[in-house]
Amino acid sequence: MNDPEFIARLQFAFTVGFHFIFPPLSIGLGILLIIMEGLYLKTRNKLYENMTKFWVKIFALTFAVGVATGIVMEFEFGTNWATYSRFVGDVFGSALAAEGIFAFFLESGFLAILVFGWNKVSPKMHFFSTIMVTFGAHLSAVWIIVANSWQQTPAGFHLATYEIGGNVFTRAEITDFWAMVFNPSSMDRLFHTIVGSWMAGAFLVISVSAYYLIKRKHLDFAQKGLTISLIVATFASILQVFVGHSSAVGVAKNQPAKLAAFEAHYDSSAIAPLYLFGWVDDNNQKVDFGIQIPGLLSYLIYGDFNTKVKGLNAFAKEDRPPVNLVFQSYHFMVALGFLMIGLSVLGLFLLWRNKLFENKLILKILVPSVILPQLALQLGWISAEVGRQPWIVYGLLRTKDAFSKTVSSGEVWFSMILFTLIYILLFILFLFLLDRKIKHGPDEIGQNEDIYTDKKTILG
Amino acid sequence: MDLNIIWFVLIGILLSGYAILDGFDLGVGALHLLVKGDINRRIMINSIGPVWDGNEVWLVTGGGALFAAFPVVYATVFSGFYIAFMLLLVVLIFRAVAIEFRSKRENKLWRQSWDVSFSLSSILIAFLMGVALGNIITGIPLDSHGEYAGSFLDLINPYSVLVGITTVALFMMHGSIYVVMKTEGELQEKIKGWINNCIIFFVICYVTTTMATLIYIPHMVTHFKEYPVFFSIAILNMLAIANIPREINHKNYFRAFISSCATIASLLLIFAIGLFPNIVISQPNPEYSLTIYNAASSQKTLWIMLIVAMIGVPFVLAYTLSIYWIFRGKVKIDHMSY
Repeated sequence: MNDPEFIARLQFAFTVGFHFIFPPLSIGLGILLIIMEGLYLKTRNKLYENMTKFWVKIFALTFAVGVATGIVMEFEFGTNWATYSRFVGDVFGSALAAEGIFAFFLESGFLAILVFGWNKVSPKMHFFSTIMVTFGAHLSAVWIIVANSWQQTPAGFHLATYEIGGNVFTRAEITDFWAMVFNPSSMDRLFHTIVGSWMAGAFLVISVSAYYLIKRKHLDFAQKGLTISLIVATFASILQVFVGHSSAVGVAKNQPAKLAAFEAHYDSSAIAPLYLFGWVDDNNQKVDFGIQIPGLLSYLIYGDFNTKVKGLNAFAKEDRPPVNLVFQSYHFMVALGFLMIGLSVLGLFLLWRNKLFENKLILKILVPSVILPQLALQLGWISAEVGRQPWIVYGLLRTKDAFSKTVSSGEVWFSMILFTLIYILLFILFLFLLDRKIKHGPDEIGQNEDIYTDKKTILG
Repeated sequence: MDLNIIWFVLIGILLSGYAILDGFDLGVGALHLLVKGDINRRIMINSIGPVWDGNEVWLVTGGGALFAAFPVVYATVFSGFYIAFMLLLVVLIFRAVAIEFRSKRENKLWRQSWDVSFSLSSILIAFLMGVALGNIITGIPLDSHGEYAGSFLDLINPYSVLVGITTVALFMMHGSIYVVMKTEGELQEKIKGWINNCIIFFVICYVTTTMATLIYIPHMVTHFKEYPVFFSIAILNMLAIANIPREINHKNYFRAFISSCATIASLLLIFAIGLFPNIVISQPNPEYSLTIYNAASSQKTLWIMLIVAMIGVPFVLAYTLSIYWIFRGKVKIDHMSY
């Protein structure tokens, strides 16, 4: 328990998991804001302007907590994983710096106009700002996923030595920037995360809209909102299966130990089944209470039921990730993915038949559905990051060799407890304010009327 | 073209940009509790409302650039100053959420609490950064692996605390001038009354810090002795400071603000000249110091990052300036305000 490595891992997992509730909401809500404001500009229907303004306020809230918790992450590589930072500074640091210069400035800058600039710029300029903020949020995902993907499938680098005070150290240095950026897994994982983020935003709007319909409040607002978000959710959920599949095929190729753990596949000489669920008994290398479809894993990866899939036994014990945790998180993520397809398709179907807005049962299910993409995103990351263990850079650096040497376990406990208390407080406040804003609802049309400008602004 | 020197300069520019921009955000925060009344406090927060987040990005990008260009420094300083950085993160979080949350409820206790949080965290951010800067100036114990060899308490020493206080004073002065430009009427008159006090507070800190540096931190003076031309920067720095009360007297608040920006920039330039080519001075054992050469990433990475900067920075400057232009003028509270 007093192991500084263990606490450092726990702290990183906790802080990044908490942080990751918020950026996906920003990315997803951003897309929906573009749709809503675009519809306003096209139809001049004040209802869409109202919707945009309501969701901008929610966007600002999630964005603020995302920024606050995000700075923690940038610092945490240095504070708790200094040895890792020295090893990957060239590569990982570059991606992070690029994220700052291209994405953070863009989204934080234009956020000013998005939230505060309604009266100060033309409608077109405001819409441009909405697009820029959303684009910035997406760009941010690009760079951080490029960086994380490099940890999974390192490319475009060589190992070199450098010297400090007469001591020689090894680190990764860039040889080919584009190979590093477009490393074998970055594009698959980027699309997978982005689509997941669209689902996070869509289901939030679904949830709030369904809530208003049940309460029979803000009906117009809710009906339009539910329509838009259901379409986005359905499109994204279905797309996600294909994107996720592509990602998994990549994992099979580039991180075979991880894929083997996903499916608790031990024996490389056996044809690989797909488990629908089960409980992994790692000591005896089997899956209890499992239902399997023979050969399906082989088929999914290679297109052939008879191709062998590398099993965990092909790897030394110290090179294997924890199996049951990865198996469960991966399977639950996939299950949630299919559940979200089912829900959104059902909702869309009922909508098409004009039977959705009165269907209290389905609406009641849609309200808590906001949690589904959140859970899936967290479980996905657990699968990806725990599945990568024992490596912090796959095949090159082990996590146990990567934490900060000068930080004592006492110091890490101090920060761990600090973050736990603060994040619990932050989460409660976030939910509280979100709840209040939802209960307050959108402003009535005409209230707080913003007169769009006849005055010329410099950007017209 | 020495990429290492270029990156020393670029990171210096990023950190100076941060100090000039978030400096006034923090200064406004430091002054916040002196303002009474809910509307007035809302005006204070909204004077920085649209821009504070973008200003803070200069810190985030500066940190990222440090990681990319001088990863050994990033690793050593962030892990070495562990507790200090954790405290800094806490107050950065509380400053951010205080601004966002404060006016979301009518309740008086809610608003008072977030007012205190906003102000206290702003002051502490400035203070902690000053303490960090002070320790970089004095030098810290490093071992032969480039790791920090001291304790947390070593970081709290008279000189670093002095620099911490000076930073708070500097940002208060900077923030007070900024907020006078953004306000009108009674509130503006009230803040005008404080500017002189802020200037005096800063000048006292500035003189004390300068004297302490000259007497106790001789290695900071070496380059100025070797290249007396650098003394001109010290003179410019002093003139910038002297110009502030002069412009205030003539009611040219914008020019006073520019002088305040110049003060910050020239102070950091003096610091950079004294520090070069070291980034983290090792005391004792100066042979273990981290320099722009031994602590840097590979030449290829520095070159790639330079291209990234050359592409990215013009965009950043363009839209940042546009956004400041759009939000020029006095603060007006509407239903979208903080």
